Amino acid sequence: MLLNIKNLTVAIEGKEIIKNLNFQVNKGEVHAIMGPNGTGKSTLAAAITGREGYEITGGEIWFKDKNIVDMDADERANLGIFLSFQYPVEIPGVSMTNFMRTAINAQREYRNLPPMSAAEFLKQMEEKKKLVDIHSKLTNRSVNEGFSGGEKKKNEIFQMALLDPTLAILDETDSGLDIDALRTVANGVNALRSDENAFVIITHYQRLLEYIVPDFVHVMYDGKIVKSGNKNLALELEEKGYEWLKEHTLA
Amino acid sequence: MSISGVIKMGSQVDAIRLRITIFAALFKHDLNKFIMDENTNNNILEEVTKGEYKFGFFSDIETDYAPKGLTEDTIRFISAKKEEPEWMLEFRLKAFRHWLTLEEPEWAHLHHPPIDFQEIIYYASPRKKPQLESLDEVDPELLETFEKLGISLDEQKRLSGVAVDAVIDSVSVKTTFQDTLSKHGIIFCSFSEAVKNHPDLVKKYMGTVVPYTDNYYAALNSAVFSDGSFCFIPKGVRSPLELSTYFRINAANTGQFERTLIVAEEGGYVSYMEGCTAPMRDENQLHAAIVEIIAMDDAEVKYSTVQNWYPGNKEGKGGVYNFVTKRGLCKGNRSKISWTQVETGSSITWKYPSCVLLGDHSIGEFYSVAVTNNFQQADTGSKMIHLGKNTRSTIISKGISAGKSNNSYRGLVKIMPGALNARNFSQCDSLLLGDKCGAHTFPYIDTRNQSSIVEHEATTSKISEDQLFYCNQRGIDTEKAIGLIVNGYAKEVLNKLPMEFAVEAQKLLSITLEGSVG
Repeated sequence: MLLNIKNLTVAIEGKEIIKNLNFQVNKGEVHAIMGPNGTGKSTLAAAITGREGYEITGGEIWFKDKNIVDMDADERANLGIFLSFQYPVEIPGVSMTNFMRTAINAQREYRNLPPMSAAEFLKQMEEKKKLVDIHSKLTNRSVNEGFSGGEKKKNEIFQMALLDPTLAILDETDSGLDIDALRTVANGVNALRSDENAFVIITHYQRLLEYIVPDFVHVMYDGKIVKSGNKNLALELEEKGYEWLKEHTLA
Repeated sequence: MSISGVIKMGSQVDAIRLRITIFAALFKHDLNKFIMDENTNNNILEEVTKGEYKFGFFSDIETDYAPKGLTEDTIRFISAKKEEPEWMLEFRLKAFRHWLTLEEPEWAHLHHPPIDFQEIIYYASPRKKPQLESLDEVDPELLETFEKLGISLDEQKRLSGVAVDAVIDSVSVKTTFQDTLSKHGIIFCSFSEAVKNHPDLVKKYMGTVVPYTDNYYAALNSAVFSDGSFCFIPKGVRSPLELSTYFRINAANTGQFERTLIVAEEGGYVSYMEGCTAPMRDENQLHAAIVEIIAMDDAEVKYSTVQNWYPGNKEGKGGVYNFVTKRGLCKGNRSKISWTQVETGSSITWKYPSCVLLGDHSIGEFYSVAVTNNFQQADTGSKMIHLGKNTRSTIISKGISAGKSNNSYRGLVKIMPGALNARNFSQCDSLLLGDKCGAHTFPYIDTRNQSSIVEHEATTSKISEDQLFYCNQRGIDTEKAIGLIVNGYAKEVLNKLPMEFAVEAQKLLSITLEGSVG
């Protein structure tokens, strides 16, 4: 099992957001997590990736047979966990090229690999740019600075392609994307899918799941996964709305 | 006249131990260049993060000292030691007598215990004064010191295009590349040599940009200056080499008072680089330098500094007091003087490299990165005095404060009535690391005609938690992330450093910012 979350409880400033959550992901799987605003979907992503300020008050997160609860965020990333940010961050003055090379070599160093050669790095950049249809002028710019909403999201997938993670969490990658960009992003993700990695897709809408077909759909409500099913659950949810879910869970 | 202001605030940074490494060459867009440098950079990072101030060693070179304290006798001693002509002694004495009438300035945003000027040794020189043919004849201790600094003359000789006039304590030890320079008629030597060999030039220009009456520290320097560099670029000559001097304070409780004079005649061009490190000491060391630059018609002088003197320990003990007067005079039409500085060291920095734009169409530039950590204090900036018509000036200042340090930008843009159509653009950015440090901006603008345009922009920001997490999430640890972010922030200025400086700058620029942040 790639990711195994057991009885996880997460609090922000003392307030419990995730309550006794259980969640498993195997290699080769794509999981979608849906649910209304404020139910803890992004908090779950933050807890898995080790963001500070998200206090794990109970439970365990196992990744590649390691309990990663006490690991720093950079170590978790180096183990192969990637987060596509809902709101990608701007870093003025740091070019995408410089940023990605620093990141790749940090990860290689963690795995006891020598730094990637300049030629190989450039080759990789060119390859992955095509994957998400990203312009060279963007990779020469500072990280996310002056990128449009769609470009920022594409840039996240571009980074994901370069870093080749074992587990990728896409936190509302579809929000703010027009239909063309959505397709591009989905195609990128589909191209990266393999038996050796897994995806967790956090989304409000079924729309993205038309392009990235999940193996499992989970519904989160009030800090817990209240319902799991196959891709049809997403359709059902879309049709009946989250109100249906509330009744369903209260019943 | 229009003034625009922009204030941006970032979010809170977390409690972390910070170490920052600045790498000049990282910011060159050229990918290969940056990739090449990266290995070096990683080594540097390792080096600087390993321990305390790396250059805090003490090398045991036999030294001649002046008696402690400052009297006319001290000045006569220095002058005699240096076998100076009578006119030089007279200049020193005049300055000293003027200094006695002055009081230490207190307007800067700096706090330090009173300096006892009678407790300072005003002259120290390596006893084995070398008149050497090759490096083999140099005191091995001295060579070792250079090796530790990573700037051995050996290495320097190999570095193409860099002539080095190395100053240890107060006397120039070895000057290289003289032959190449002299072929072009360029004079590049220690100030003492210039006094001996080119007295007419020294007499003509010394004190014309920074007179001994200018300020307290300028008067002090004029009275007791030990040595420094002299550079003369004759008419129409573009220096084929970047000129470089390394200053180093090396004897306990010894003030160091360099004096540099650079003159570029009509159409001349020179790029001059100054870099500094100092050994760790408990006593505060006083340093009061003067740099004067004169550019005639169509001449251009680029002056770059990397200052990495001992900043004091984490408790704020020790460190260099750095009170410097640097000023350039754009005397000729279409002349240009630009200052680029990276200030990382010293416990106290008081420094305002300035340009007096006298010639019509002359240009003054000031690019600065000033980093303070722990208990360091910096009050630095620039003055642009516009006198000529159509004169232009640019000020880009990037302050970075961490620990419990205070970092102030102080700048004056003065446009005189005759400076028609003068233009200035100033940008002062402050970056705060943690919540116990301070960033201050004191811009003074004084325009006396209607045709001029002065713009001032200022921003204050913090490294945000979001930025750090974003880097962390890509596998970059916090230390490297801060280096990356700070480097990005300072890129605009670091890009101005001459490429030839890069290798040395990388070493000298590396600084450990380790403090109680947040």
